[in-house]
Amino acid sequence: MARFTIKVNGRNYPINVSPDTPLLWVLRDLIGLTGTKFGCGIGQCGSCTIHLNGNAVRSCVLQVGKIQGRSVTTIEGLSPDQSHPLQKAWIQEQVPQCGYCQSGQIMQAATLLERNPAPTRDEIIRHMDGNLCRCGTYERILRAIERASKEG
Amino acid sequence: MKTNEQIQGGSLRHTRRDFLKRAGSGLSFAVVFGSAGVKVFSAQGSSRVRETALGAWVRLNSDGSILIYNPAAEMGQGSMTALPVIIAEEMDADWSDVRIEYSPIEPSIYGSQGRGGRRSMRTTGSRAVRGYFTDLRKVGAQIRRVLLESVAREWNVPVSKLTTEPSTVVHAASGRRISYGEITAFAQVPSQLPEIDDSQLKSPRDFRLIGHFVPRFDIPDKTNGAAQFAMDVQVPGMLYALISRSPVHTARPVSYNESEIGAMAGITTTVRLEHGVGVIGSSMEAVIKARGNLKVEWSKGTEAEGFDSKAALLEYAQIPGSDRVQARTVSEQGDAPTTLQHAAQRYEADFLSEHVYHAQMEPLNAVVSVNEAGDGAEIWAGTQSSWGVRTEAAKTLKVGPERIKFHPCYLGGGFGRRSNSDYVVEAVYLSKAVKRPVKLIWTREDDLQYGRFRPMNLQRMSAGVDEQGNITAWTHCVVGDGDSLLTSGAEIPFYDIPNQKIERCTVSTGIRLKHWRAVGHGFNKFAIEAFIDEIAADQSIDPYQFRRTLLRKAPRALKVLDTVAQMAAWGKELPEGRARGIAFSERSGSLAAGVAEISVDDASGKIRVHRFWSAVDGGIIVQPDNARAQIEGGIVTGLSSVLFESLTLKDGKVQESNYHDYSILRMSDMPEIEVKFIESYEPPSGLGEAGVPITGGAVANAFAALTGKRLRHLPFSPERVRALLDEHKIQNQKFQI
Repeated sequence: MARFTIKVNGRNYPINVSPDTPLLWVLRDLIGLTGTKFGCGIGQCGSCTIHLNGNAVRSCVLQVGKIQGRSVTTIEGLSPDQSHPLQKAWIQEQVPQCGYCQSGQIMQAATLLERNPAPTRDEIIRHMDGNLCRCGTYERILRAIERASKEG
Repeated sequence: MKTNEQIQGGSLRHTRRDFLKRAGSGLSFAVVFGSAGVKVFSAQGSSRVRETALGAWVRLNSDGSILIYNPAAEMGQGSMTALPVIIAEEMDADWSDVRIEYSPIEPSIYGSQGRGGRRSMRTTGSRAVRGYFTDLRKVGAQIRRVLLESVAREWNVPVSKLTTEPSTVVHAASGRRISYGEITAFAQVPSQLPEIDDSQLKSPRDFRLIGHFVPRFDIPDKTNGAAQFAMDVQVPGMLYALISRSPVHTARPVSYNESEIGAMAGITTTVRLEHGVGVIGSSMEAVIKARGNLKVEWSKGTEAEGFDSKAALLEYAQIPGSDRVQARTVSEQGDAPTTLQHAAQRYEADFLSEHVYHAQMEPLNAVVSVNEAGDGAEIWAGTQSSWGVRTEAAKTLKVGPERIKFHPCYLGGGFGRRSNSDYVVEAVYLSKAVKRPVKLIWTREDDLQYGRFRPMNLQRMSAGVDEQGNITAWTHCVVGDGDSLLTSGAEIPFYDIPNQKIERCTVSTGIRLKHWRAVGHGFNKFAIEAFIDEIAADQSIDPYQFRRTLLRKAPRALKVLDTVAQMAAWGKELPEGRARGIAFSERSGSLAAGVAEISVDDASGKIRVHRFWSAVDGGIIVQPDNARAQIEGGIVTGLSSVLFESLTLKDGKVQESNYHDYSILRMSDMPEIEVKFIESYEPPSGLGEAGVPITGGAVANAFAALTGKRLRHLPFSPERVRALLDEHKIQNQKFQI
């Protein structure tokens, strides 16, 4: 066990865990931010995607001991009042079905629009291809990203 | 689900007589106990609810808000919105007044009527909307009637002179209007709500909500992390648990390094179960590490031991027509075997498919808190069978279901896997053993390797065609494990083939099996549609026209087929390297036809589906946008299974373990999908699975149109496609006999 302070959604959290603990479990079980989901545990599905210093990363394979001094953003902190253009577009396009992968999808998409406010369809697909959805909402995810890009 | 503080407690103590009194600040059409599904369940409450069953669904408050109970699991199919929409429609509620909560788990009141009149709260088989449609329309109409009668009495006007507008009663002659909320001040609710016959229901032409866009209730919380899945539940004093389960299904732990694991950091204890060893500790990290060090010796001699999926398929091919397995007739009409013998032309082909895994994004999990005495429990789980969870947990503790409090959670995908309660029962055992609340999580590897799969199978099809090119005889034998899972969708009720015989030959493998979105329709409709296509091609008849002839006596089905042909402009010339295939299917009462347009990467053998058109007759479409999402999702899941998915069993063990070696369809594999619903005033039918069965046939038939070769083995993986393209012999030689 070791003591750390991690910065999540602008707040500092003191924690006491083994440094090789994946950030995912720290976020979910210690801090109570459960919007970030456990899907595969090996960085293959994208349900656990968060931002680390603005980059989309898989928190299930990110050891908490390695992120000191860096800033973590989860779905709960993406916008102060759920008003991120992607969140609005997600509702307008009625994207989620079961919803379990959608935090990760939105977090993944947010880093694309940050860097490339008007991506092409191919660019969107390339950026989103590592995020799995079993319900089959891909078409609507695409449309929502395009909408957010236009209306954001 | 958000807790509704207002309705906690209090109303539990209502007696039946209370309902005859004038309601006070809140008019209760329901005996509401606790906050439905969120907080409390008690036996005392359930007996009271039974007395006013017809009024159990809606609660109207003086502020105008209308609480409607949703009895179905919400796993992404949208029933938690669609079912309240049905009530709100007939009661003429303003949708913006409506709040939704889970109903109590009481099938006698909140169940939908199944076969034999038994009510069930299972959310399976795409049954929610079609199962509840008529009942909930009547509930809504009854409530509207009660409101109208109350106002008529209060205003001393004939009830026939009153009408409703959204959440408002109107007396046109005087111009007086009163909101539903205001009616609570004087409303009288009879103990028996008035009888409503079908003629008193709205004409579908007057629907304001049904058939119109209503945003799904659950979606906003699914965009900000607030939606609560069982995986997200934490209760005070909760421990974490993993189970090491036998790599060969159903073997038992003989021994394990109990003291070593028990001494590891953060480990509370280990628990021996029938089929595994539970590791319980203070954090996920601790139990993950401990389970990694667990060494279990498993019992030998279970049935699945030595099972090899490749060898099994070869063996299955020897079974039809042999005396090794007694074939069971699923349905029969005319005399198919004799007609077949005398047919002008006979065709025969085998179709194969592998075990397929649910791969729902939320791995199985449950939070269970068994009380100190071990005679009651509180459970948080995402399940398709809430009543099943209560009864199974009760059975495990050897108590009655009233001892189980169940808190429904959103399901991170169901697809048939979550109608089984195995993962909840495991958690009950663990919590009971440790006398603490336990969150049991299945890792992805657990979820996959100890899954319950869509069964692998072989299908032997044969058909006889007369001189005019009509199919006169049809036999279909499905070989595999899984009984009725094998033959769902094997029947062909819409095709005009006078002599049919559908059979199954069941073998036993010891592999855990289960319903999987659309069940056997996935592989059966693939085989049926691909086989029909082969026959059409051999008869030199366009496959669309060939199906038109087969569907000549089924106008609704024909309309679906014609519509999809029109949507896709069937028959038009395509760019080089593209081809199309067509397929038809029925599932859960809905009729669907699909056209796939594909190309094949010659080097890798990878099939790319560029476009997919689908026409669906689902009767009245309650939620058009969500219905479309369901068909889109079904097509994606179907294509995923058709193109990518299979499990390999060697030595009784599942070889795949996670998404890296069990591929599901990704965004880059998405076709453009176009869906059209046939306008209809027929009762609604199921849509959650209807998109799945049309995919296999449409893709295989497109592939044949493109290459002249027939894909008869699911999935159409690049390796398999490449191997087929490399075959130089003419494959159809075996086909026509």
